Amino acid sequence: MPAKASGAGAMSSSATIEVSPPRRSPIPGGTLYRGNEGMWSWVLHRITGVAIYFFLLVHILDTALVRVSPEAYNQVIGAYKTPIMGLGEVALVGAIGFHALNGLRIILIDFWGVGTRHQKAMFYIVLVVWLVLMIGFTPRHLMNVFGG
Amino acid sequence: MAINIALDAPRSPSARTKRGVNWEKWGWIYMRVSGVALVALIFGHLFVNLFLGDGVSQIDFAFVAGKLSDPFWQWYDFFLLWLALIHGTNGMRTIINDYVATVSVRRILQSALLSSTVVLLVLGTLVIFTFDPCPAGADPELVASFCAETL
Repeated sequence: MPAKASGAGAMSSSATIEVSPPRRSPIPGGTLYRGNEGMWSWVLHRITGVAIYFFLLVHILDTALVRVSPEAYNQVIGAYKTPIMGLGEVALVGAIGFHALNGLRIILIDFWGVGTRHQKAMFYIVLVVWLVLMIGFTPRHLMNVFGG
Repeated sequence: MAINIALDAPRSPSARTKRGVNWEKWGWIYMRVSGVALVALIFGHLFVNLFLGDGVSQIDFAFVAGKLSDPFWQWYDFFLLWLALIHGTNGMRTIINDYVATVSVRRILQSALLSSTVVLLVLGTLVIFTFDPCPAGADPELVASFCAETL
């Protein structure tokens, strides 16, 4: 039975303390983290990571069809060339591009001496580089999909 | 209203003092090391398959056969498969640990995750190294042009 956090009780290995429920913060967002670049980069990293993981499962299986027959592989890979999947591939490349660039940002935050201090600036660099890559990729890809 | 929270006293023995391999640390290191390698490998993969030539519309059995008959692309795809799938699996493991509080449900999800990864690693590796670019009796229209000499 844990003791109350008062007097000698506080010296035991475990204690029960009373904590008031958190008050509503007067500052919108509440903390340095919530609602800012740090949180949104984390949210996007997680969402893109899960999306890429499930695509990878499907992609290993569809590529494995080369071991079944040329007809089976060509039929399934044909689905990737339809207009809807063509747009999906823009989303996939966008997700991979963000996850890759933001992953490099995370590594710099972890290992670069002043990385933490520049994490916000690096998030905007990630967005700009991502935009440049997507502007380079998207028109060419859409021409390959819709150009016939 | 007050909430009761059990707190350990400062400097109580914790998981950090356990002996043995710190797997969580090595998982953390793996995500960063494989992440850097995957940036290069996946950008190369996307560049060759989706950007060069006719992009997605060039991909068919003959295209894959042309790549996988070359040991360079076999080993490229081998490292892509292992690094990416283990990276993704470790990420999903982290997410399951974050969101699934029930021990039994967590165990079921982690086991399903691990088994699917093992199956796909074995399947993918077998496909890369046992692939026949010119299968016997295949339609000559569908296989690579270099198969004409062997068929």
